[in-house]
Amino acid sequence: MKYSYYPGCSMHSTAAEFESSFRFVARVLGMELTEVEDWFCCGATPAHITDSLLGLALPTQNLLQARPAGLDVATTCAACYNRLKNANRVALEKPKKREALARVLGEEYKGEIPVRHILDIFVNDVGIDNIQRNVLFPLNGLRVASYYGCLLTRPPEVADFDDVENPVTMDKIVEALGGVALQWPFKTECCGASFSLSRSDIVGRLAGEILRYAKRAGAECIAVACPLCQSNLDLRQKEASEYEGVEFNMPILYITQLMAIAYGGGGKDVGLGKAIVNAESVVHRVFGHQGSERVER
Amino acid sequence: MKWEIKTEDIHTSFRDEVEELSGESFGACYQCGKCSAGCPIAFAMDHGPTKIMRLCQLGMEDEVINSDTPWLCASCQACTTRCPREIDIAEIMDALRIIAKRRGIKPRTDPDIALFTEIFLSNLRWFGRIYELGLVGEFNLLSGRFFKDFGKAPAMFLKRKLALLPSNPFKWGKVREIFKKCEKMKEGDGRE
Repeated sequence: MKYSYYPGCSMHSTAAEFESSFRFVARVLGMELTEVEDWFCCGATPAHITDSLLGLALPTQNLLQARPAGLDVATTCAACYNRLKNANRVALEKPKKREALARVLGEEYKGEIPVRHILDIFVNDVGIDNIQRNVLFPLNGLRVASYYGCLLTRPPEVADFDDVENPVTMDKIVEALGGVALQWPFKTECCGASFSLSRSDIVGRLAGEILRYAKRAGAECIAVACPLCQSNLDLRQKEASEYEGVEFNMPILYITQLMAIAYGGGGKDVGLGKAIVNAESVVHRVFGHQGSERVER
Repeated sequence: MKWEIKTEDIHTSFRDEVEELSGESFGACYQCGKCSAGCPIAFAMDHGPTKIMRLCQLGMEDEVINSDTPWLCASCQACTTRCPREIDIAEIMDALRIIAKRRGIKPRTDPDIALFTEIFLSNLRWFGRIYELGLVGEFNLLSGRFFKDFGKAPAMFLKRKLALLPSNPFKWGKVREIFKKCEKMKEGDGRE
């Protein structure tokens, strides 16, 4: 299984543990990744709310750079996934915009490079059987609330690999790893996304509601697959706790970190120590008390 | 709530402008309220998305353009996904922000939202890949909230969650060219 890989900016900084755990999991599952040459930022939300042409030109140029390899582009960040995949949709369905983009970029892009989120690849290319077969340390019934946020399933014309209101991809992976996937109502609620800096109060309130419902469902941790979801639920958990008047202490893990734990990854691969909220409780549940050295390493 | 609408408040040309820019049509909206019901940020908005749709139908330019609603939209796509009339409401919010910006209007309650967007784009223009430390630093400096999140910085550094240096800015000529060409094409449209 070979893929072009578009990491996106966060993977090299705030989501370093998403990157390391994904790289490890990809090796275990036999995924070969080649980074898109000289990839740059997809423009995220700020580009498309400022100038729709710019918001399309940035992801389209990245796809042009991925084109020579002729492979599917794997993305980890939900926002990158949304922007790149949306660029494909525009290239296929809106000829006028396609022409305008060709004038900006000096090359026509016809939407020929498929863009895939790694959850899609895990479930549909690797397969749940394979995900299960590689488990060395089952998660021991760890109760996990899978949180998808907004852009992994919306809009369904763009993000089309899972159900729009009740996605289950991560839940299937959690079950395959030996965890318990919880039914809960806030799977696809928004975390406040890019208001993290400019309106932390909004993010605190939205994150607080998400954390409250996860806790009520009995979650021992929340699994995410987007750097912004992780950062808003983890880094802003203090604000969320203040808003709700409860100390949550809820570890927020990337789904690839849970996979890496189950596959016997070392501390550097799993990167549990990178989160603000201590995730030692998760390790204890899986390995018993000898496991704490894994976090420190 | 009672509204008094005067004929001079109604500008059909404004409605047309939003429809043209967004590629969406307001005529389809029958005011069911589903967009406001599902909007995670409706609590912070002066008008919910449903009311914005109605104000646009009527062409009430001043009311819409001075509303903070489009600025507070997080682009989460819940409204777009759930609209029974298949209107891309999030795209309309994008269009409203772009038009407000053309008119030089900034969000009233929170200019920092617009500031963040500008800083993000200039960061992208120079460094190709977002340089988060620069982003946070510049934002705090220009918004006057110097010590915002100061308490979080040491932990972020210790955990190596923030890179100290940006990527090589000499590498990103193509990115700057895209920015320049997009700006030029906007002028060419005669819109600005």
